[in-house]
Amino acid sequence: MLTLTVQPTRGVFLMSTDGVDLKKRRTLTAATSVVGAVGVGFFAVPFLKAWNPSEKAKAAGAPVEADIGKLEPGQMMRVKWRGKPVWIVHRTERNLADLSSMDSSLADPASDVPQQPEYCKNPTRSIKAPYLVAVGICTHLGCSPTYRPDIGAADMGGEAWKGGFFCPCHGSKFDLAGRVYSGMPAPTNLEIPPHQYLSDAVILVGEDGGAA
Amino acid sequence: MSMMSNVVDWIDRRYPMTQVWNEHLAQYYAPKNFNFWYYMGSLAMLVLVMQIVTGVWLAMSYKPDAELAFGSVEYIMRDVEWGWLIRYMHSTGASAFFVVIYLHMFRGLMYGSYREPRELLWIIGVLIYVVMMATAFMGYLLPWGQMSYWGAQVIVNLFSAVPVIGPDLGVWIRGDYVISDVTLNRFFALHFLLPFILAALVFVHIVALHKVGSNNPDGIEIKKGPKGNRWSETAPADGIPFHPYYSVKDIVGVAGFLFLFAAVVFFAPEMGGFFIEYPNFEPANPLKTPEHIAPVWYFTPFYAILRAVPSVAGSAFPGVVAMFASILVLFFLPWLDKSPVKSVRYKGTLYKVLLGLFVIDFIMLGYLGVKPTTDLYKFMAQVGTIYYFAFFLAMPWYSKMDKTKPVPERVTQ
Repeated sequence: MLTLTVQPTRGVFLMSTDGVDLKKRRTLTAATSVVGAVGVGFFAVPFLKAWNPSEKAKAAGAPVEADIGKLEPGQMMRVKWRGKPVWIVHRTERNLADLSSMDSSLADPASDVPQQPEYCKNPTRSIKAPYLVAVGICTHLGCSPTYRPDIGAADMGGEAWKGGFFCPCHGSKFDLAGRVYSGMPAPTNLEIPPHQYLSDAVILVGEDGGAA
Repeated sequence: MSMMSNVVDWIDRRYPMTQVWNEHLAQYYAPKNFNFWYYMGSLAMLVLVMQIVTGVWLAMSYKPDAELAFGSVEYIMRDVEWGWLIRYMHSTGASAFFVVIYLHMFRGLMYGSYREPRELLWIIGVLIYVVMMATAFMGYLLPWGQMSYWGAQVIVNLFSAVPVIGPDLGVWIRGDYVISDVTLNRFFALHFLLPFILAALVFVHIVALHKVGSNNPDGIEIKKGPKGNRWSETAPADGIPFHPYYSVKDIVGVAGFLFLFAAVVFFAPEMGGFFIEYPNFEPANPLKTPEHIAPVWYFTPFYAILRAVPSVAGSAFPGVVAMFASILVLFFLPWLDKSPVKSVRYKGTLYKVLLGLFVIDFIMLGYLGVKPTTDLYKFMAQVGTIYYFAFFLAMPWYSKMDKTKPVPERVTQ
């Protein structure tokens, strides 16, 4: 018969510091802590990323393309972006000429209130002068104004009316650059969304390639 | 040994029950000269518990869904048995919490309760206040009314005003490009979580308080004074056991508080549009901005500061910085006060006048924060903002100049 006796090594259970390499212990403790901290950092990523817009939200908020190839001068088209109507108006030569004559009747003719990207803070509030791209939501209480391009319309004030937009809810008037008339319920000009030209005939609404 | 003491003994050998009871209640000696202002701490704890209980009950019937949220709150109000009471207790409780905490903080300001050795106690307290504000802000979105929606829109946009990372930060907080169902769902989860963090912070606040001992209206350290009272030879002579003396006193405070609280819950739960704003009776509509957006009253002093600071280069960021700075400056208060005395009782006329003006200033800013901006109001808010910051930032100088009175050895009655 063979008997095997196991003797516990007592030294292991004593807290003896003899022969302990403290320098090595510190290095190992520091290394373990650093690796642990890096691990915590990586582990936090999914939790932080989970707060970003989901694929569903991204799809719903994606930029939309608008084909303006067939948009004749004087016409307007609508596209839907992030649940809001966006107007694209092809302004005529005369409309553009009239814009500068409007200043005295407007609340913010120079577009000082940041209702537009930097690149649209100009007299026509647009990238290319003929095309106005604006969010079709009245800045008063969110109704959608109607397009009234008819110059000199009697119900809009006759001779003085150079075309623009009229909000049926509370009567705010905007010119063809989406600038609000002074003394209206609406406090600011219409919002110009970020946009860019993909080609001469295609506008991408909602994305400006970081130009803003 | 009786059955009862056997049980106590059995527990004590396994858990420090009697020890905790004695150290924190029966043999915890608090200064004997506490006054009215010392009710607020226990009342704040009461309100926190009430908010957690009513909040959990509301969560049983509430739906954190943009389509269903508004309706589910009305369902609680009309169809759930006693739902209206639980909901009004919760909405009134939010405002009551801030009333009590503002008074609690003012107490600290008056009696120098933030001074050495209570700096950390004060800092933990300010942290509690910050978490409270985050909790209240997220809770306000949940009814999904017009003011819920547009208030959240405005506040989240503050983060979007941060240069460079701002727009991405705003999207990250909302989880969408606008406040949406995603935001509502996440704010609900956080609104449920934060109160428990608050409870943990309150625990830490009390641990810190019991380490250093309470301050008192005289700002005298009773631990440094003579020893020996009716209960113990080693305890401070000016101390009395918290239990039963202050536990009973606090019950009186609770009774008085509940009187007022019940009056609001039953007779004025909306408080004239200050506790529940009228536009919030209309469901959230992302296409329709209310004519005038104002936060709930407890945020308005800071909102007034935000609006008082003019934009620089088209960016609202300086205002956002000022608003956050107005809260962060509180963290530094313990090191701004250089007065040789703690309590306002022994400070000079200068400090008394400045503190009085500060109270008026804070109330004025709160008023301006609910009003639409006019030129006059904007100017007043700017003056108020300058005074708010000057009160804190000039403190190292005026607190030294101030003529103080000698502090007595023992607390006064």
